[in-house]
Amino acid sequence: MSNPVSALQGASFDGFAKVEEAGLCGMITLRGDLASAKVKKAVVNATGTEMPGQREVKVAGENALAWMSPDELLALVPYGEVTDKIAAIDKALAGQHYLAVNVSDARAVFRVSGTGVREVIAKLSPVDLSADAFTPGMIRRTRMAQVPAAFWIGEDGSATVICFRSVAEYVFNLLKGAAAPGSEVGLLG
Amino acid sequence: MLILTCPCCGVTGEETEFHAGGEAHIKRFGPGSSEDEFHGYLFTKENAKGVHFERWRHNNGCGKWFHAARCTVTLEVFGTYSAQTYEPPQEIKDKISAKRPGWSWREFA
Repeated sequence: MSNPVSALQGASFDGFAKVEEAGLCGMITLRGDLASAKVKKAVVNATGTEMPGQREVKVAGENALAWMSPDELLALVPYGEVTDKIAAIDKALAGQHYLAVNVSDARAVFRVSGTGVREVIAKLSPVDLSADAFTPGMIRRTRMAQVPAAFWIGEDGSATVICFRSVAEYVFNLLKGAAAPGSEVGLLG
Repeated sequence: MLILTCPCCGVTGEETEFHAGGEAHIKRFGPGSSEDEFHGYLFTKENAKGVHFERWRHNNGCGKWFHAARCTVTLEVFGTYSAQTYEPPQEIKDKISAKRPGWSWREFA
């Protein structure tokens, strides 16, 4: 067996905010009819979270369930459990029209923590990141500079950023630049 | 800069989050059509000064296609609506009529 590694193998950077690659994260993308009770039950069982509404993310410990589009969810689970979780979903949804795919190694995950988290992201994405507009529990799919990315900000004020693995280094460099000491804007705190 | 609201995921974002997909409500003429029809389908596009209908894709967001009605002169966006339709919904037409009385665009008015 090959030894799985994440895109940047836990690289980190200390600026006015701390940027770290989160290492191996299990991710399952699920497409299907999100209004279907069976689909809801299968994903909720897989992550142990509640079902997110439109543009919401539900987090429970290491697991999370994110609403990605009207017919797509992203389930975050521990890396080692992905195969079992997909098998459970496949069993629960047999005969339904759906798709559950392991995308753990096709994505990269970053955590941004410390002070000025909102500012780091606001520099890169065309999104209103004021605390009133972008609240914990919301997920936003948008772009970071020139590539697509999704992020949410947790109750503890740290942000989770997900992007495609092929652009992991680009996104890490962007976040490093945006968090560079001395580049604080001081607008969003 | 256009500010569009995606009717599929409800996000209001600026232009760079979306991708323009050309003119809306085009009827496709493929195999079996006459050369004139095929020529018309490929090349005769509206180049409106004023009210215009376009297809857009939320390519950095939910990835869905939708329609937008906007003014090419002022860049005002009258509204966005589902891609699963052959013509603009009455609600959008009413909004345009309120702001641009007497507008017409191809067979719609």
